[in-house]
Amino acid sequence: MDGVKKALWIVWKDVVCELRTKETLSSMFVFALLAIVIFNFAFQLRGDERVGLIAPGVLWVAFTFAGVLGLNRSFIKEKDHGCLEGLMLCPVDRSAIYAGKALGNLAFMLLMEAIALPMFAVFFNLPVLMPSLLLVILLGTVGFAGVGTLFSAISVNTKAREVMLPILFFPVLIPIVIAAVKSTAQIFDGVSFDQSMPWINLMLAFDVIFLVVSFLSFEYVVEG
Amino acid sequence: MLQAVGPSKSPAVESTATETGIGDTADLAVEVSGVTKDYGSHAVLKGIRLQVKAGEKVTIVGPNGAGKTTLLKILATISRPLAGTARVAGFDITREAVEVRRRIGVISHQPYLYDDLTVEENVKFYGKMYDVPDLEERVRLLAGKLGLLHRLHDQVGTLSRGLQQRVSIARAAVHDPPVMLLDEPDTGLDQQAAGMLRAVIEGVDGGRRTVIMTTHNLELGLSVCDRIAVLVNGRIVHTEERSSVVLEGFRELYYRLTEVQR
Repeated sequence: MDGVKKALWIVWKDVVCELRTKETLSSMFVFALLAIVIFNFAFQLRGDERVGLIAPGVLWVAFTFAGVLGLNRSFIKEKDHGCLEGLMLCPVDRSAIYAGKALGNLAFMLLMEAIALPMFAVFFNLPVLMPSLLLVILLGTVGFAGVGTLFSAISVNTKAREVMLPILFFPVLIPIVIAAVKSTAQIFDGVSFDQSMPWINLMLAFDVIFLVVSFLSFEYVVEG
Repeated sequence: MLQAVGPSKSPAVESTATETGIGDTADLAVEVSGVTKDYGSHAVLKGIRLQVKAGEKVTIVGPNGAGKTTLLKILATISRPLAGTARVAGFDITREAVEVRRRIGVISHQPYLYDDLTVEENVKFYGKMYDVPDLEERVRLLAGKLGLLHRLHDQVGTLSRGLQQRVSIARAAVHDPPVMLLDEPDTGLDQQAAGMLRAVIEGVDGGRRTVIMTTHNLELGLSVCDRIAVLVNGRIVHTEERSSVVLEGFRELYYRLTEVQR
């Protein structure tokens, strides 16, 4: 319980900092919007039957690349003035620090997606307010933020940290991105939810496995 | 001049309980025994032994790369020793790290503060992480002692380096730790802020703390300590009671001891 309280204080700190600067959320949102707009004009798919084939990929490209921008900022801010060291000096389990950072990243990702999704609906003329789609987005985002937080902590100690994060992170992310794109495509195609279950189960398994691994390994990542 | 620094000691000799005059280990606040640390093939600490009594103030001086920061990081539980053991406030730094962290305050040349939070929010955030009771009152007390009351609602990023270091002092003292670890805390400080630093070393809120401080500044180091140690090439090569030290003589000895590394 104590660890949960400490994790929530870390979330509070990240949210207050973000509300003051808005630099992470605004850059994530602008990037997602630009990706959606550029792909829309590049493929000229509005009203085209093939929109269901392309749109899921566009949606997840926008989410993942915009998300990486946010993850990059997440630990860079902690590195400024040695704040990560300050956090590590607190009598808090390292997993609580991980949980706090991951929850903050998840919150920022979901907020960005909540703003970007209506834009996507407008540009691609597709329905997005479907519980099954929202579930897929939630599962995909949990996995993304969970693993991404760990890789963000790894890459922040490297010289070319902005470049290193996607290079290290995307190969690990491939299973969940494929599952998210496939299940999103099935939902847009109107296929029954049961047929999407294998992909959704894959995302669930990815989330559980990688969240547990991240919880357990975060201590070794930050202590070096 | 040299005899003023007391009996000369061999540079190769490490500090021991006998040398430091500490016989009874029951009242030790910090006990370091045979701690080593490598960074790759480079040995940074080579079997450090150090004992600090509760309430004692020890300054560790040494040239760049001597291992001062590494030693403090190990005592602060943010770096692990390769070999050897250390206890802080009675707790083992590797097996009881969380208990050690509850009992230490760390001030470094980095303030560990969030630019986008206000002074009050920064100190409160750390207070929450340490489960400080009556946090509101504690923050006000520290802010008053450190001359920060009128800046409580300013974002830390808007403060000067000296003011940030004062906030850093409040952050480190918010949970009233019995042991303070100060890693070159005087870097970039003006005279007034250096005075504040002395206040925290003396106990900003009246408490008597155990303090281990590293610094390049011999004058500052000597002015606040009960005992001074010289760390060179990962070994403590000399320790001496403050009462027997004369600045000029000690400076001469320090240069001689550190000549090899420099």
